[in-house]
This record gives sequence, structure tokens and C-alpha cells, in this order.
Amino acid sequence: MSVPFDLPTIAGPAAEGRLRRVWSEFAESRTAVVALAVVILLIVVALAAPLIAPQNPYDLAQLSIMDNKLPPGTRGFDGRLYILGTDDQGRDMLSAILYGLRLSLFVGLAATAIALAIGTVVGVVSAYVGGRLDAFLMRLVDIQLSFPAILIALVLVAILGKGVDKVVIALVSVQWAYYARTIRSSALIERRREYIEAARGLALPHSRIVFRHLLPNAFTPIIVVAAVQFAHAIVLEATLSFLGVGVPITEPSLGLLIANGYSYMLSGSTWLSVYPGVALVIAIVAINLVADRLRDVMNPRLRL
Amino acid sequence: MLAFLFRRFGQGLLVVAVMATLVFLGVYALGNPIDILISPEADQREREEAIIRLGLDQPLWVQFGLFVKSALAGNLGTSFVHGVPAIDLIVSRMPATLELALVALVFAVVVGITAGLIAGLKPRSLVGRGIMAGSILGFSVPNFWLGLMLILLFAVELKIMPAGGRGETRAFLGIQWSLLTVDGLHHLILPALTLGIYKASFIARVAYAGTREVLLQDYVRFARAKGLSQRRIVGVHVLKSIMIPVVTVIGLEFGSMIAFAVVTETVFAWPGMGKLLIDSIYRLDRPVIVAYLMVVVVMFVVINFAVDVLYTVLDPRVRVTREV
Amino acid sequence: MAPVLTVENLKAHFFIRSGVVKAVDGVSFDIAPGEVLGLVGESGSGKTVLGASILGLVDPPGRIVEGSVRLVGEELVGRPEEVLRHYRGRRVATVFQDPMMTLNPVLRIDTQMIEAITAHEKVGGDVARARARDALAAVGIASPDERLRAYPHQFSGGMRQRVAIAMALLHRPQLLIADEPTTALDVTIQSQILALVQALCAESGTALIWITHDLAVVAGLADRVAVMYAGRIVESGPVDAVFARPLHPYTRGLIDSIPSRHRRGDALAQIPGMPPSPARLPDGCAFAPRCPRADAACTVAPLVSGYGAARSTRCWHPHVEVETAA
Repeated sequence: MSVPFDLPTIAGPAAEGRLRRVWSEFAESRTAVVALAVVILLIVVALAAPLIAPQNPYDLAQLSIMDNKLPPGTRGFDGRLYILGTDDQGRDMLSAILYGLRLSLFVGLAATAIALAIGTVVGVVSAYVGGRLDAFLMRLVDIQLSFPAILIALVLVAILGKGVDKVVIALVSVQWAYYARTIRSSALIERRREYIEAARGLALPHSRIVFRHLLPNAFTPIIVVAAVQFAHAIVLEATLSFLGVGVPITEPSLGLLIANGYSYMLSGSTWLSVYPGVALVIAIVAINLVADRLRDVMNPRLRL
Repeated sequence: MLAFLFRRFGQGLLVVAVMATLVFLGVYALGNPIDILISPEADQREREEAIIRLGLDQPLWVQFGLFVKSALAGNLGTSFVHGVPAIDLIVSRMPATLELALVALVFAVVVGITAGLIAGLKPRSLVGRGIMAGSILGFSVPNFWLGLMLILLFAVELKIMPAGGRGETRAFLGIQWSLLTVDGLHHLILPALTLGIYKASFIARVAYAGTREVLLQDYVRFARAKGLSQRRIVGVHVLKSIMIPVVTVIGLEFGSMIAFAVVTETVFAWPGMGKLLIDSIYRLDRPVIVAYLMVVVVMFVVINFAVDVLYTVLDPRVRVTREV
Repeated sequence: MAPVLTVENLKAHFFIRSGVVKAVDGVSFDIAPGEVLGLVGESGSGKTVLGASILGLVDPPGRIVEGSVRLVGEELVGRPEEVLRHYRGRRVATVFQDPMMTLNPVLRIDTQMIEAITAHEKVGGDVARARARDALAAVGIASPDERLRAYPHQFSGGMRQRVAIAMALLHRPQLLIADEPTTALDVTIQSQILALVQALCAESGTALIWITHDLAVVAGLADRVAVMYAGRIVESGPVDAVFARPLHPYTRGLIDSIPSRHRRGDALAQIPGMPPSPARLPDGCAFAPRCPRADAACTVAPLVSGYGAARSTRCWHPHVEVETAA
């Protein structure tokens, strides 16, 4: 899934003005601004989870097993209010969701950042070295991109086993190809420009080109890809955890919470699965709305 | 055109070969093939026998040859858990998955194209905007949670749908299909809906963008200038023009549908290949995992090839014909 | 004889975020049956929008704000889409500039021609196919049966335009609007197409509006000419008279700037300046900023004034002295 784009032709110093312009266009859509606010709020909340959550749901000492499966709004044995109810271990759902969000966002961001870094290196190298290496790398990228992410991720965790780090590795393996392809396209365009400059007698050092010209110009398509992939990563982690092959049950994960609540859902304790899912959906919808608006701003031709 | 298709076919073979190599390397060179291919339950004597039988004491390239030879013969290992050849296991579960993927795909295509077309014709209307908003929701909701919520609503609360499992089947061409029974269809509805909504959203967006672009084209203006009815213009001119980008999406999506079925099958306890994969991962039934991989790769290559063929049928410009 | 088309004070405006674009701003003219009218203007003069307005094909954000278009006395402005559909293709037909884009690339030629027939008449597939075949033959396409089964990209530009013309004349319309149909073609093909359209229209009695920016084409083809500038017709009259003794300074400038009218070595004449953007038209005469004869009077928009023998112009200072001197 690639994002067709037009690259602006200005170099580094003009980037600030461009950022302002991008923001003002972005802000024209109220929905997108609200979505962005939601995303920022979620990030803040997730970061602050240990501080603001009523309890740490993964510290076994804090749990009271007697309080298990209480519906939302009931008070526990010690009088505390469980706003979203508790699960079968007596965990406060609200705290669990906050911690779960924290993990989801962390995993999503980490995977996106690492995949971005790897993809950038591969893309730049591929574009600058060219030739057989480029053809080979891009063929690799194409093959990888033609396989569904979930399959690749499943196989990797099957081989590597459970764990947060393994999940991140799996997510990175799935995502790097998108970035590699996007960066390579930008890099090729920059190289073409470079030839023109060189012909005019201006030979710039490669590092200068990469940092002051290539990266600012590639920023445009990359940020759209990154936003979309961020959402994908979150869904993928939740899915893997739900299937039981993602993070281990000692870690908070919205997917695990939902999986855990499945059997109780059928007997009426629906809040165990519903609320974590709602939190997940809110986060993903918000990110997707932001990504959608970004894509419209970056390429007016595709404006929906 | 034939030359183009030949080339694509060759590329497909190449992909299968590459994947086979990767799988081989993953199993024999990186993983411990003894753990992967020999059941952990086996005792020392059985293990030694298996090692010799599977050629695990031979040099790597000989093993590769053995691997390829047995793969071509259809032998991709024996399931630890079930004791039958892995490939048989997978093939026996294939109809269930194919059914599910097919129904979901048909649903996604029909709903997606219709929704995208309507939204594209009236983008600023309530219906149009609603459809576009719905599509964002459609591909943002995680597959598994959507399935759970649908079960909650229709099976638990309203009690009008079954909560899982496959319905009755009837044989056709020697295979058991649940599509052919009413009960089977009843059981198919929720899983297919779950699997299909994600793709439907995507297709709707592609159809929308395509429709907006086509409506700007001169040939649509010319069609109006000829006095054609709106129905004809939309139903023939617009529809055929947006089919090309839509088919591209569909082709790629059927493959990923089979992959995503893994999640849906787990949620609905649907006895397909996907559930088999998950179970195998749980129980470390590695030969089945390997066999699943190879089967899926081949399926993907076949599907991509079929899409290429379909493409040339739909877009006459792709066919290399002599200028008249 | 009653005119086949009467346009009276037609105004088509586009309402966009930055303001109103008055693409067509008060245009009036008639066409007699079988007559050929050359509509001349530069890009942005509004000639294409005028052609679209006659058929009611002005899309949002534009619409017809005022005026009347009557086809043999029947009013077209303001009629519902369903009614207009019956006129389009049957009584008023169009040919556009780029035939590659006017023919749907994924549909066969016969599909596109037959649908044009069946949209207006209930005829069987075979009958329609036979008519399509005959129409192709009439425009000079060899082996029409094979060509029917072909796709647009298998034709050359000139042949595609012939197909478009064939399609336009399928129902023997009373009026054909040709919007720059030869601009995208090679010069030799241009003259072929010109001759073809001329012959076909003469044969079927179809009136023709030929929209172009090329005066030379008009000279050879048209009976009458109307010159458009900034959304208005600034001069109209019989072709020979207008070319020999143009009234409006713009028309004069156009004719003077045709290279063949000068001897080798003479400086080429030009009209100084640029046409105004249709989004920012000045009050008063739109040509005044570029006109050598402009003065204070020209800050008021000139009205149409007749000058005998079916000639008219919008100008406070037409080149009348040439006329009276004759």
C-alpha cells in the first residue's frame, strides 16, 4: 500500500514556513483537529498512567480477588469505586485500560520509529548505490509488501516466542518495507536534482544533501505513511495479544484484556471485553482521522 | 499479452522458490530442525531413526534437495499433534477458509463498490458523507473486537445468530461445503461480515476516489452531451472505468483475506486453515506451520497471477495489440 | 426563415470561493438553418462555456444566471435535466477537442455508437449496428465493420475525431456545436476534417457552430463569424465583410496579427497586453486597457450597435470611418 505524492521542491530553511502552512491547512478540518487532540490526550494519559490510574493492575499485591467481575460503577469491598468494573482477577478495568493503552502506544511508537529508521537507511542506500543492490532490495520490498502483515507477524512470533520485544521485532519486520520504498522514491528525486546541481558546478557533500534536502522533502510522504502505520501497529499488537501469541499475560495489553473477557462476555459480564475495545477503537479512529487529513493536505489531488 | 502473462507466471514461480528457500533456511539452518521436524515426544531411538530418515545428518545442500523433492511430492512433514501428514491436514481445512474468504470478499466487493459509487456521485450529501465516515470506522475497528461485538449483539442479546462454529455441510465435487445448506449459511453470516467489513471500507474508498476522478473526465461530459441517461452513464461508463483500480485492490485483498481469516476463525471457532495455524502455534506443531506457509505462498502466487489475467481482460489498453 | 437557434443575453457565471467568474456575460446571436457560424476567441474568452451553456451542461459551481436559448422556438434554459437529455445528441450534438478523452477508453466503438442511437430511439441491436456502420463509412473510415469492434486507443487522432463526428451526426441534429475539434490534430488532417464536417453539415442541413481561436479556419469555413472577448461577443457579421472591414479594434488587431498578411521583413503586428482574467473583469469595456482607441467613454460597457447588413459590434469607437468611406 503506497501513498502517491507530490514532493515540494524547497530545501531546508524554508521548512519552517512550510510547516506552518501544513498546519493551517490541516486545521481547516475541525474533525481532524479534534482527532489530533484526542491522540495527544491519549498519549499524555498513557504516559501518566502510573500516576493517574487508581491502581496498578499488574501489581498482584494491589488486587483484591474478592472484587472480581464487578460491573461498572460498583464499589469494592474496601469502598473504592470501580468506574468501569473489574475483571476476573479483580483488576480495575479503568486502570487496566490505561496501562493497556500505554503499552499499545509504546509498542506502536517504538515499532514505527525503529521501522522508520531501518527503512530510511535501506531506502537511502538503495537509491544512492543503485544498480543490482537497488533492484534486489526493491524486489525484497515488493515481495514483503505483497504478503499480509498479520501472516508475517504470526510466523515471526511463532518462531521467536512471546514477549513485548518480540512483538516489536515482528512489527518492525512488517513495517520497514513501507518506509524503505517511500524514502527511496524521495531519494531518487533528490539524486536527480543533485545531478543537475553538479552539472552547474555545485558539488554538495552527500551528508548535506541527505540532511538538508532529502529529509525535509521526504517528510511530507513519510509522515502520512508513519501515521497510518502507527495505527496498523497498534491493531497488530492487539490482534497478536488477543490470539495469545503477543505479549505475555503478565503485561497489560488491550488485546489480552479483550481475549480474557471473551468467555465472560457470553455469560453476561460484557464490560470485560467491551470497554478495552472501545478504548482501542477511539485511539485507532483518531489516528486514522489525523492520517487521512494529513494525506489530503500533502496531496490535494487526492482530496476526498 | 501472452508474453506478459508468461513473464508474470515465471515471476510467480520465482517467488515460490524464494519462499521455499527462506522457509528451508528458517527451519534447517536457523531453527533447530530436530525440534521442528521431530516430535518432542519421541524417545532417543525414534529420534535417531527420524534423523536418518529425514536426512538431518547430511550436508545442508543435500538436505535442501531432499526438502524440495519431498515438497514437490506433496510431503511437507507430519503433524506432531495429529500424526497425519501436515499437508493433508491443511487441505482438509481449506474449503472452510475458502468459503469464508469468498463470501466475505463478495460482500466486501458488492457493498464497497456500491457505497463508494453512491458517495462519489453525491459527495456532499448526508448519505455520501455518512458513507465516508463509516468507511473510516470500518477499517479502524480491529477485526477481532468487531467479531466479538457482533457475537454479543446478535448471538447473545438478540439471539438470532449462532455464536460460532461452522454449520451443516453438503458435499459437492467431493468436498464438504457449508454454503450449500441453510444452516451453513446462517453460520457464515457473522464471520463473513466481520471479515468483510474491513475490506469493504477500503474498497468503498477506492471506488469513491475513482468515481470522483472519472466524473471529471471528458468522456463523461461527452456521454451527457450525447443524451445518455444518468443510469447508463453511471452503470456502464463510470462503473467500468472504476473497475480497474477496484480489481487491483480486490486481487490483493483476497490473499490478505485468507490471512486475516486467522483472526476471524479464532473468534468464531471456525474450523479453517487459520484456526489450524493458531492451534499449531500454541501446541508447537511446527510441521503444520511450515506446511501452512508453503501452501499460503503458493495460493498467493496463484491469486496474483489470476489478477494479472483479469486485468488484461478489463483494461483493453494493457493488451498489446497492433495499432489499427 | 426562422432561426434554428436564438441566444438572447445569455449569462453563465461560476461562483467560487474567491468571487464570481463571469465566463459568459450577456451573449446574443442567431443561427439560420444550415448556416455555419464561426465563434472566435482566445483562451478564457468564454467560448467553450458558451457551447456548454447551449446544451445546459454547465456544472456547479457554475450555472446559467440569466438569458434564453431557444432551439426553433423551444426554450432550453431552466428546463429539467430529463427534458434536456432528449435534445442532447439528437437535436443538438457536440464534438469536443480531444477525441481521446471524449471516447471512453475502456469501451468499444460500437458500444459507444450504439448507445448513442438507443438513447433516443428504440431500435434493435442489429439495426443500430448497421446505422453505426453506415455512419462510419460516411465519415470516410475504411472497413467500418472491423473498426466498430475496436477500442479508441487503436485509432489515430484524426480517425477518432471522425468517429466523434459520425456519432454526433447519427441523429441528423438541427445544430452541431464543434468545440475546437481540429486544434489537437496535424495540419493536413485538420483540413480533411474541416472539409468533412462542412460537407456533412451541408448535406444534412445541420447548422454548425465552429468554436476556434484560429481565424484562418473561420475564413474558409464559416458563413458568419462572431468574435468573443471576455465573455461577450464584440463583433459579429458575415465572414467576408468582417475580415475585409473589421469594426471592433480587437477584431482588427486579430486580423492584423495573422502572419500571412504581412510581407516578409515587416514587423509582426501584435495586440499589446493580455486578455483579462475572467475572475477580474474591469467595469466598462473589457478590451479598453489594450485598445489604441480607448478613452473616457470606454469606462462604461458598450452596448451592441448594428451597422447594417447583419453586422454588429460592441464598441464606442468602431472602425466605422472605413465603412462609411467605402
